[in-house]
Amino acid sequence: MDVKEIIAKGDLVYEKTKVLTDKEMHYCPGCTHGTVHKAIAEVIEEMGIQEKTIGISPVGCSVFAYEYLHIDWQQAAHGRAPALATATKRLMPEKYVFTYQGDGDIASIGCAEAIHACNRGENILMIFINNGIYGMTGGQMAPTTLDGMKTATSPTGRTVEQNGYTLDLTKMIAPLPGVCYVARHSADTAAATRKLKRALKKGFENSMKNKGTSFVEVISTCNSGWKMSPVAANEWMRENMFPVFPLGTIKDE
Amino acid sequence: MAKVKGAVVVDIEKCKGCGICIDDCPTDTLAFERAVNGKGYHYAYMKAPELCIGCSNCAISCPDTVITVYRVKPERKKTS
Amino acid sequence: MSDVKLLKGNEVIAEAAIRCGCDGYFGYPITPQSEVMETLMERAPWNTTGMVVLQAESEVAAINMVYGGACCGKKVMTSSSSPGVSLKQEGISYLCGAELPCLIVNVQRGGPGLGTIQPSQADYFQTVKGGGHGDYKLIVLAPNSVQEMNDFVDLGFELSFKYRVPAMILSDGMIGQMMEKVTLSPKKPRRTEEEIIKEDGDWATTGKTADREQNVITSLALKAEEQEATNLRLQAKYKEIQENEVRYETYKADDAEYLLVAFGSCSRICSKTVDTAREDGIKLGMIRPITLFPFPTKQIKEFAKQVKGFMTVEMNAGQMVEDVRLAVNGEKPVEFYGRFGGIIPSPEEIRVALEKQLFNK
Repeated sequence: MDVKEIIAKGDLVYEKTKVLTDKEMHYCPGCTHGTVHKAIAEVIEEMGIQEKTIGISPVGCSVFAYEYLHIDWQQAAHGRAPALATATKRLMPEKYVFTYQGDGDIASIGCAEAIHACNRGENILMIFINNGIYGMTGGQMAPTTLDGMKTATSPTGRTVEQNGYTLDLTKMIAPLPGVCYVARHSADTAAATRKLKRALKKGFENSMKNKGTSFVEVISTCNSGWKMSPVAANEWMRENMFPVFPLGTIKDE
Repeated sequence: MAKVKGAVVVDIEKCKGCGICIDDCPTDTLAFERAVNGKGYHYAYMKAPELCIGCSNCAISCPDTVITVYRVKPERKKTS
Repeated sequence: MSDVKLLKGNEVIAEAAIRCGCDGYFGYPITPQSEVMETLMERAPWNTTGMVVLQAESEVAAINMVYGGACCGKKVMTSSSSPGVSLKQEGISYLCGAELPCLIVNVQRGGPGLGTIQPSQADYFQTVKGGGHGDYKLIVLAPNSVQEMNDFVDLGFELSFKYRVPAMILSDGMIGQMMEKVTLSPKKPRRTEEEIIKEDGDWATTGKTADREQNVITSLALKAEEQEATNLRLQAKYKEIQENEVRYETYKADDAEYLLVAFGSCSRICSKTVDTAREDGIKLGMIRPITLFPFPTKQIKEFAKQVKGFMTVEMNAGQMVEDVRLAVNGEKPVEFYGRFGGIIPSPEEIRVALEKQLFNK
C-alpha cells in the first residue's frame, strides 16, 4: 500500500484543529509558542469551550496570539494580563479565562500582578512560557535567564554578582493558598505536548470549580535568542533548563 | 504481524524547516527535502514512507501545525 | 420621590456608581479619596446589584482590571488621587488606544511627587493634555459640588460609552471631602450581556460564538498605515466631542466687563468674589468650564468681544490659563492667579489679585 492509497483509504488521525486560524504564525522556525498555541487550541476544541473562552495575550513575541487562536482575546499591557483576567473572570464567571505570558512579562515587569492574582485565588488558568530570554526585543536577559547564560544584556554570561539569581517564579507561586494547581511542562516532543495538554485541560476545568488559580509553566526554547538550531535548542533546554526548572506536577489540590 | 501503515502530508509552503518533527519521529521516516519551499526552507518530507506508523508525533510536535496524518490499521490492510 | 441625603463627595461617587448600574469598581487606597472604595465595601453591592468591587494590589493593577472589564463591554470604573493617577497613566493610554469606555475619578491632591494630601488642581495638564503616551484625549468633567459628583458618574459613563473614549471626573480633595446635600440619581439596573450587545454593538470579548468573528481588543498596530488610521479615527471622534459635548456655566456674565474663569472648587470661591465685586459696582462675572475636554473655547472667544479682560483662578501654577489664552488669542488680557500646595485661595485675595493684575491696568 503506497502513500497515496493510505491517504485515500486510511483514517485521518491528525489534522489541525479549527480553533487555530489559517494564518501563518510569525514565530521563528521551531519556536515553542506555536506548539503551546496548538496545545491550548486542541484542549479548547476537545472541551468544546471555544464560545466561552477568553484569552489575555501579553507583550512580547506572543502578543499576536490572538491572530492564531480563534477565540475572543484581550491584549494586555506588559505584565498586566492577570489584572485583566481578574476583572474578566469576576465580571463573567461563566467564561473560561486564561492568561498567556512570557518570562519577561510575568516574572519581571508583571511579577506583582501575577503573584496577587494567584494569592487572591482568581479562578483563571495562567500559562507561563519560560525560555529564559526576551525574544521580541532581541534576546535580552530575563529574570529566568540561567547563571552563565549569554544574552544581549549579559554578553559575557549572567553572573550572580551582577544580576542576582535565576528566578523560579513557579516555585514562589506554588505555596500560595490561592493556587490549586501548579505544573511545569515542556512542549519539545509529542509526548511532552500530550502531557502539557492534560495539564492545560485540568487548569481550564479547575477554573470552573471555584478551586482557585491554576498555573502551568512551559519550559521553552528561543532558538533565535539562544543562537542555536531548533533541534539543538531543544537539546540544550533538556540539558540545561530542566535541571534548574524540573518538570512535573508541583501542586494539585 | 502486520504493521500499522501511516502517511503524513506536510503543507510544504507553510513548513519552516525547523526539523523538530524529524527529531521526534520514532521511525526515522522524515527528513529535510533537498529542495526549498517558497520561503527558502528545506521542508520536511517522508524520506522512508514505508517506515511511517501514523503515530502523529510529528504533527503534534510541529510548532506550525503543518502536518496532517493518516493511518491504516492492520485489519483494514488485510481486507483491502 | 427623590432620594436626598447629606453625604461626602467621595461617598456620593460610590452611591452613584451603584445606582447607575455600574458593573465593577477596582481601586487602591489613597488619601483623599479612600472613602469611595470604603463606601462601596460597606454598601456591598455584590449582594444587591451584583456589582463587583475589588481592592487591587496597586493602582497599576486597578486600571488594568478596568481595562479587562471594559473589554467585556461592562460599565467599570476606578478612582484615585494624583500620585495614583500618575501610576494609572499607562493603562489610560491603552484604554484610549483600544477605544474602551470606562470612568476614572481623580480626587486631586498637591504635587509633584508624594506632595500633600490637601486639595489641588495641578493635574489639569495631565488630564486634559494626555498624561500617558500617544495622541489621545479623555472626556473630562470637573464637578464643583457634591451634587455634580453624583450627576457626573452617570454622565461620565454615558459619554464614555457613546464615543468609546474613557471619561474622567477631575475633582479635588475639597469636593471629595466636603459634605453637602445631594439628590441621588434614580436606580438603574445593570445591563445584561444581550442589552450591552443591543445598545453598543457586538465588539466586546464575551466569547466567540459561531455566528460572529472573534473579537480582539488591542491597541497594537505594527504597520504605520494601520496606526495612522487609528489616530485619524480617534481625532475624528475628538472633533465630534468638541463640537457636541461642551458643557459650561456662566455666573453674572451677561453684562460683565471682567470675567473670571475657574473650574471645580475654585469656581465656588470665585462666585463669592463676583458677588462682593458686584456689591461694589464692579461688573465682574464668571465662566466655569464643566467639561475641560472638550473645552469651551468658542464660548470664551465670544466673551473676548464683550469683556475688558479675563483672569483664571486655579489651584496650580497656571495650567487652564493656557487654554483660555489660546481661546482669547491675544484679543484681551488674560491674567492668572493661583495658590498651591493645598492652599485654597480666599475670595478676598482673588479680589486683590483682580485689582492688581486686571482692573488697574
